[in-house]
Amino acid sequence: MDVHFSQEALKEINRIIAQYPKERKNSALLPVLHVVQKETEGWLSPETMDKVASILEIKPIEVYEVVTFYTMYFTKPVGKYVIEVCQTGPCMICGSDHIIKYLEDKLGIKVGETTPDNIFTLRAVECLGACGYAPMLQIGEQYYEHLTEEKLDQIIHELGSKHSDKY
Amino acid sequence: MKVTIDDISIEVPPGTTILEAARMIGENVPPTMCYYSKLEGSGGKCRSCLVQVTKGSEKDPRPMPKLVASCRTTVMDGMEVRNTTSPDVISARKSVTEFLLINHPIDCPICDQAGECDLQDLSYEHGLSKSRYDFKKRVFEKIDIGDYIQMHMTRCIMCYRCVMVADQLTPERVHGVLNRGEAAEISTYIKKAIDNEFSGNMIDVCPVGALTDKTFRFKSRVWFTKPVYAHRDCKTCSGKVTLWYQGAEVLRVTGRKDRWHEVEEFICNDCRFHKKDTADWVIESAAPVSRHSVISQNHNVYEVPVVRKKLQENNKPE
Amino acid sequence: MGLQLLLEHINKPEIETIDGYIKHGGYRTLDKVLGKMSPDEVTEEVKTAGLRGRGGAGFPTGLKWTFLDKSTDKPRYLLCNADESEPGTFKDRLIMQKIPHLLIEGMILSSYALGCRTSYIYIRGEYMFILRILEKAIKEAYAKGFLGENIKGSGYSLDLYVHPGAGAYICGEETALIESLEGKRGNPRIKPPFPAVSGLWGCPTIVNNVESICTVVPIVNMSGAEYAKIGIGRSTGTKLISASGNINKPGVYEIELGLPVEEFIYSDEYCGGIKGGLELKACVPGGSSVPILPKHLLLKESNGNPRLMTYESLSEGGFETGSMLGSGGFIVYDEKQCIVKNTWTFARFYHHESCGQCSPCREGTIWLDKVLYNIEHGLGKESDIDLLWDIQHGIEGNTICPLGDAAAWPVAAAIRHFRHEFEYHVRYPHRVKDEDHVYQPEMNYRTA
Repeated sequence: MDVHFSQEALKEINRIIAQYPKERKNSALLPVLHVVQKETEGWLSPETMDKVASILEIKPIEVYEVVTFYTMYFTKPVGKYVIEVCQTGPCMICGSDHIIKYLEDKLGIKVGETTPDNIFTLRAVECLGACGYAPMLQIGEQYYEHLTEEKLDQIIHELGSKHSDKY
Repeated sequence: MKVTIDDISIEVPPGTTILEAARMIGENVPPTMCYYSKLEGSGGKCRSCLVQVTKGSEKDPRPMPKLVASCRTTVMDGMEVRNTTSPDVISARKSVTEFLLINHPIDCPICDQAGECDLQDLSYEHGLSKSRYDFKKRVFEKIDIGDYIQMHMTRCIMCYRCVMVADQLTPERVHGVLNRGEAAEISTYIKKAIDNEFSGNMIDVCPVGALTDKTFRFKSRVWFTKPVYAHRDCKTCSGKVTLWYQGAEVLRVTGRKDRWHEVEEFICNDCRFHKKDTADWVIESAAPVSRHSVISQNHNVYEVPVVRKKLQENNKPE
Repeated sequence: MGLQLLLEHINKPEIETIDGYIKHGGYRTLDKVLGKMSPDEVTEEVKTAGLRGRGGAGFPTGLKWTFLDKSTDKPRYLLCNADESEPGTFKDRLIMQKIPHLLIEGMILSSYALGCRTSYIYIRGEYMFILRILEKAIKEAYAKGFLGENIKGSGYSLDLYVHPGAGAYICGEETALIESLEGKRGNPRIKPPFPAVSGLWGCPTIVNNVESICTVVPIVNMSGAEYAKIGIGRSTGTKLISASGNINKPGVYEIELGLPVEEFIYSDEYCGGIKGGLELKACVPGGSSVPILPKHLLLKESNGNPRLMTYESLSEGGFETGSMLGSGGFIVYDEKQCIVKNTWTFARFYHHESCGQCSPCREGTIWLDKVLYNIEHGLGKESDIDLLWDIQHGIEGNTICPLGDAAAWPVAAAIRHFRHEFEYHVRYPHRVKDEDHVYQPEMNYRTA
């Protein structure tokens, strides 16, 4: 399967590569993977990773090693919106358990699962650096803080209703 | 440079590590599970060779605050090191051994590495008799890495040696360390055979039974086979090997290993997997086996008894 | 409000733009330093100021700078560590989000002092929205000629880039950060060699926390000697404290080092007391890695003096009765919080974040996680408490990088000060039982 990236993505990749010395092209791997993952429905297939390896002139295994190390890269398909709820100490004492439970019930899925319509994936993650504004979650690049049940309803409605009447 | 390990002093060239110095002394050598002198950048990971530096150097005699990995710490002039004479070192080594074993399957009875396994040696010396880990052990999805090498990820202790072999001896590495933390594993990610002229060396460098020789699989136990030095004219490698005989049959070919279980020279896959006939080889001599090794059972034990016999003769009361 | 050196203008309108920042005195240090002071003079100011690394270890920043190997003709690099991931810490984020030019100004000064031609800000991947803010600010700085070739005609040139991580706490360790910036797995390197000699791409490299680098700006503005007058003893200057947990006013506060802990918790100027009028039970004063302290040890030193927010006072008594200032992640627990559960979430965190390179950390952190899970969920045994102690002892000090220590300390401290809670859990399991009985590692690792 051939993998193609959009012109804008290629432009962005080249901009990123230029930030590093010429002979250190491979240093651009992490930011390039972020750009690519957005291009390819939010996850990285082996073909995509091989393509990245050829752009950065490294061995495919070096890309696999990196992708599986970091938690922000997905190696399997995910929903349109990945909801990541922080569950570490400071959030826990402010009620993150309840937030997770509420979302599980609301979406009808368990942590780690994706809704059947492929819109939401629910994950429990470790500290996102918003301890003072707990409980909190992240969707894409956006942080949602000081969560309450009403706020969760609103977030799910706002994002989900664009794609399905269910939300 | 002078370094003192467990009250024994030795002069070593600058740049020598504490571990190499200990090997030069030849006694009380810290165990090594990940360090391999022939592989650049190896060591520092398993933490079984930790030692205590009680005096940094002549110039700066302060002791080091933490235990250090002897394989990656170079000696300074006047350094004083405690290995087996330090209770802290012994206790740390005991912990490291326990950590290495909690997820190890301990399937030695069906493991081809048994008898020449570094983890067996380590647990014999530092392990507890009973496990305190009462959870399910870690398992991995099995992967097939080709016709010659058998991989058992559950036995792996993450020494990274096989990754370094692939990096340093072969043209293109196709396997590596995937995932992180306790989920880390050696894998090719996509199904792929590890196939190149020197891949078989991964078997020799593996300290445990994670990578074993498929052509020797379940054929025998290492202590039933007899190691013999032999060589042949080989275009790709030095052709200097150890043949492992059972009766007249060559069951296995490996590189020649020294006292520290490291190969003297890496050999090619042709010598290792395809030359299993005595006619392929020029036989040199019986390979030396260390007296404490289980392989010495049922065999002549070389070297040491000879020395001892001489000693006994010399010391005979007149 | 006490003295504000970093956050003074944080709420001013348009402070995030370069014009707004300049309006409030921003970038005036460039005129003072570039071409007027030698790099060594800048370093000397930072040394005189007594600035200690704000990332957690508290190592003197100026001294660290002097370790940079200047004997080679290789390029040198300054890396800003913005991989803020320590649970309880969210101070760097505030600066970068609200007042990004302060960091850029600090980067210019520090890079100048170190003789770097190129510098990078390594920011955690989850802060992608902050990366956009920083990149926009950097663009503005280039447009004004504060970055790039020949800055303000001084002959000094600097390129500044932002590099995102991708979700790994371990990349806050300086050598792991370097590996990650090189496009590899975030495995910490075995030291020596230290980064100051051989770091990024084998070149001499200094890694500093965001707050440390920002603090260089007020130091240059007011002179190191003046800065050293703030604070107490070897804890000079101001420090950002991220306050979270069961308090009335969680958030980031800039305090003068030397403020009594009691005042910090109860004063309306800061945390504003415990939420809901409950009692204070315990506190983790410096991010999840440092030992937790019960109320009586938190407010008073072992000699009866009030405990102060300084590096020395918080660590008074060693780990027996003290803790550490660390990164300033101040997590407060009220009387209703369960220390066992909290310790378990921390253990789970370190299990999740261990890179897996060295055996004590790889195997020890998951073991701690599992045993603590059992105790918390009513499946523990009396002997598990001693087992936990042995495991943490086996990890501490025996690992490649400080993550091992960070995983061991919270467990040790929780057992040391709250052993009775662990005993309660194993003796009366039916009172703490959850419906979930089986340990599920999938629950917290690579769930998607």
